Amino acid sequence: MTKKHWMVLLVFGLFVLACKKDHPIKEEIEKFLGFQKPSNFPEPVYNFANNKVTKEGFELGRALFYEPGLSRNNTISCGSCHIQSSAFTQHGHDVSHGIDDRLGTRNSPPIMNLAWSKVFMWGGGIYDLDLQPVAPITTHEEMDENLENVLNKIRAVPKYTAMFKQAFGTEEVTTTRFMKALSQFMVMCVSSNSKYDQVMRKEGAVFTAEEQEGYVLFKEKCASCHSEPLFTDGSFRNNGLGTSAVNDQGLYAVTLIQTDRYKFKVPSLRNLKYTAPYSHDGRFLSLDGMLEHYNSEVKDTPNLDPLLRKNGRLGIELTTTDKQRLTAFLGTLNDEVFINDKRFSEQ
Amino acid sequence: MKNTNIIIATLLSALSFSFAGCSKKDNPAPEFQETNLAPLSIEFDNIVGARTFTLNNTGSPYKNAAGEEFTISFLQYFISNIKVETAAGKSYTVNPDSSYFLIKGADKASRFAKVSVPEGDYTKLTFTLGVDSLRSTMPIDKRTGVLDPAAGGDHENGGMYWGWNNGYIFFKYEGNAKVISDDANGDPTGKKQFKYHIGFFGGYSVPTINNIKVITMDLNAAGIARVRKDRQSNVHLFVDLMKVFNGKKAFSIAEHPNVMFNDFSSTVAGNYVEMFKHDHTEN
Repeated sequence: MTKKHWMVLLVFGLFVLACKKDHPIKEEIEKFLGFQKPSNFPEPVYNFANNKVTKEGFELGRALFYEPGLSRNNTISCGSCHIQSSAFTQHGHDVSHGIDDRLGTRNSPPIMNLAWSKVFMWGGGIYDLDLQPVAPITTHEEMDENLENVLNKIRAVPKYTAMFKQAFGTEEVTTTRFMKALSQFMVMCVSSNSKYDQVMRKEGAVFTAEEQEGYVLFKEKCASCHSEPLFTDGSFRNNGLGTSAVNDQGLYAVTLIQTDRYKFKVPSLRNLKYTAPYSHDGRFLSLDGMLEHYNSEVKDTPNLDPLLRKNGRLGIELTTTDKQRLTAFLGTLNDEVFINDKRFSEQ
Repeated sequence: MKNTNIIIATLLSALSFSFAGCSKKDNPAPEFQETNLAPLSIEFDNIVGARTFTLNNTGSPYKNAAGEEFTISFLQYFISNIKVETAAGKSYTVNPDSSYFLIKGADKASRFAKVSVPEGDYTKLTFTLGVDSLRSTMPIDKRTGVLDPAAGGDHENGGMYWGWNNGYIFFKYEGNAKVISDDANGDPTGKKQFKYHIGFFGGYSVPTINNIKVITMDLNAAGIARVRKDRQSNVHLFVDLMKVFNGKKAFSIAEHPNVMFNDFSSTVAGNYVEMFKHDHTEN
């Protein structure tokens, strides 16, 4: 090799170095803004005063969210059943698929806009996001681990003790800190950049004629439960699904109140493109199937929501055109920014 | 010789004087001051009917009123919100942050609930079996020590927290009885186990079953608690586990081998509230 060759290689090498450095520097410049309420959203219900979201806390929460050590045999992380590309659900699984290939009884719900949620889980029972992770960690079909073991595993990993120190001041790993970090990650998972949001915020996007017709229909036929802008009113209702083989009775299982039998949490309609199948046990593989349920398959089970029994008819009448228009509108609730946001991905 | 006798007599009288000084009965109750704290312990001494409490004593099982033989493999319960009252009606509630205790059948040392209360003579003791609804809905920061959801492992083991339905198990009592069937109504694993996991604090947003039991005991008959700084007053309670089966609504283990999250939990709680009997007080 001549001197010239070496020079060329050297210069090339410098370029490579420069390119490599460029990325992390840019990331450092991007300021961590913490939790930001979208302008078209209401005030969140999560108690941020008791758990301020910091960059370090959020990053620790993200690391824990993707940590398989949370499960008994270190195979299942939160992210196993809450996959970002599926808007943090487990796409393609009717019920959650957990440790040792065990199957749960309910469809994995999205980690999305949880700061606006007062009650968690399809059947309720959990009223504080900071206490929610105990359920999947200890459930036999999910992670089948106990919290004490999880904390001990985390304590043994220097990466984590260092992160706890950065987030909370000391290396001490406690239940409170562990839960607060996970909450910091979860409340940050805000989906608010769908076409619908851009239309509502007047950011230049406009509905097509069909989407607009669908929106009008939506407001008439769906919005009393799936209220804007979260597309759920957070209530528990019996939407007339026939009882399942496991006879899941929803909210009743945690309250033992007769009038709560077969009531499930009203899910958000955001990101349906990525989250099939639908309903608490994932019985509807397509949006069309779900809509047809409301049109013609509503069953008169105990505590059926009164909104699904009007003028002596069960369900909500939807013509083929109605369904097309609704589907077009629901398509505007898909948020590609959310499912591709690098901040929420495993690092 | 005479001198020696005098000396002995003097010594003896001095000694008897000092005994009199120790006599607790003559010690007048000090003025009630909330800041003048002294130690008090409440001993939860588990018993089973007329017998002492022993885990897994398969060689000599216990027998309930239904005639069912059983042994006990696990026992844990929460005692909280301790309050004392003097004959004059002065009451003191222990600071809630230091008033939660987990009594464990397998750990003798855990049988004392140790608190600090003002010096005084107490004729009444009040405590809660379980975790009150206020604490049951507090943020995670307030759930430390025995209330830490991570404490004791999961609810299949020593844990006393229900993750899927936010709340504590107040009373966890497990054992074995030959009368338990091997089918779905009994114990399909064939281990003939009974499990009573009783919780339910009344619900976060809508009222649900409330199995929190507040127990008040009159200490006059078996001995009031004379709490002073220089000694340890101990209110010794017997906790009769037999009452779970033989209480006011006696039930059969064979008929109800598993009571956790269902309406029958109220019956079990209605029985276990009767477990406590004040035996004596050590002052």
